[in-house]
Amino acid sequence: MAAPVVIVGTGLAGYNLAREFRKLDSDSPLLLITADDGRSYSKPMLSTGFGKHKDADGLSMAEPGAMAEQLKAEIRTHTRISGIDPAHQRLWIGEEAVPYRDLVLAWGAEVIRVPVEGDAQDAIYSINDLEDYARFRAAAAGKQRVLLLGAGLIGCEFTNDLSQGGYQVELVAPCEQVMPGLLHPAAAAAVQAGLESLGARFHLGPVLASLKHQGEALEAHLSDGTVLSCDLVLSAVGLRPRIDLAAAAGLAVNRGVVVDRQLRSSHANIYALGDCAEVDGLNLLYVMPLMSCARALAQTLAGKPTAVSYGPMPVTVKTPVCPLVVSPPPRGMQGEWTVEGGGSAIKALCHDASGGLIGYALSGAAVQEKLALNKLLPALLA
Amino acid sequence: MRKWQCVVCGFVYDEAAGLPEEDIAPGTAWEDIPADWLCPDCGAGKIDFEMIEIS
Repeated sequence: MAAPVVIVGTGLAGYNLAREFRKLDSDSPLLLITADDGRSYSKPMLSTGFGKHKDADGLSMAEPGAMAEQLKAEIRTHTRISGIDPAHQRLWIGEEAVPYRDLVLAWGAEVIRVPVEGDAQDAIYSINDLEDYARFRAAAAGKQRVLLLGAGLIGCEFTNDLSQGGYQVELVAPCEQVMPGLLHPAAAAAVQAGLESLGARFHLGPVLASLKHQGEALEAHLSDGTVLSCDLVLSAVGLRPRIDLAAAAGLAVNRGVVVDRQLRSSHANIYALGDCAEVDGLNLLYVMPLMSCARALAQTLAGKPTAVSYGPMPVTVKTPVCPLVVSPPPRGMQGEWTVEGGGSAIKALCHDASGGLIGYALSGAAVQEKLALNKLLPALLA
Repeated sequence: MRKWQCVVCGFVYDEAAGLPEEDIAPGTAWEDIPADWLCPDCGAGKIDFEMIEIS
């Protein structure tokens, strides 16, 4: 039997690639391998589940058996690959060698954990997949107060969602505004004010220094001396692309697994997409670039080498209390910001020296202008 | 008029409002949106991820 196309990972990247590939090639053997339970779900929806009263089962869209049937693929769940042997076109699952025709790395990114002193490490959760979400929901049942670490996009989304779900959220992050690096300060202030109106409290500047059990509750000591009482901690300080197995196999890695515009790594027959991939220098942890990559790579795997292109990639942040959409200026481009509006409706625009729009941040009612503005933005990978 | 939500990213398509910036006129029913249309927020396809009716 011919060696299969092997996709490692069954998140949005793995399953969407498989789906696109099957539109073009219904016969070639296809194997998906995942360390998870293989259920199909949408990761962005993990930060909307409390507000919608959806548990992990409610967010699951399909069981792996149904996915295998739909994709005409074999799906190996709860299976972790242990190595890649590019010279022999095979990978290892423990002692078992699995040959591949083409190998696609779609194994995503892992959460960054910050060191915290104290005896309550076990009460620090993070949510990076559906099973994490199930664990956190179980831990949060019957609890009231969540200490949230990190003021990035995901931290803000969870603050909105948990507040809406009835939790008292205290957010701690070592920065001066929410979503630094992504967002103009004026729009950041609007989002923070919105989240505060839901009852969330912000401690921007310090970090969590130590966490101790204190009876049924937890005692959190911040680096600025503040002491907070809480019931559990959710860490959302960021993600790091998974590169270790790729690096061990000799593949070029940088921030992510280095691939070209055809999603090809430094080795023949090995590709990467999604959160683990650095595509022509860009490691974008969002759905839209992932979908573009899945469509291009499906063509390549089906015998028609195709380069991916990215248009503008605005990011919608799911903070319904103060809707937000942001398109940071592309790398290497400098511009001047102008800010209009007030209250929750902020329109911050960034123009280059010749007057072209290169980025924006829109909050509140101003988000309505996004589709019109998107047409003016430069493409990220033309 | 109904509203549809993208199951991948949560984008809501409101039939009453349409998407004038994408030349989809207000009042356009979900059925009349082209099959190759992509979610403006996340790029999910209309076929791959049927939006769900939310009202």
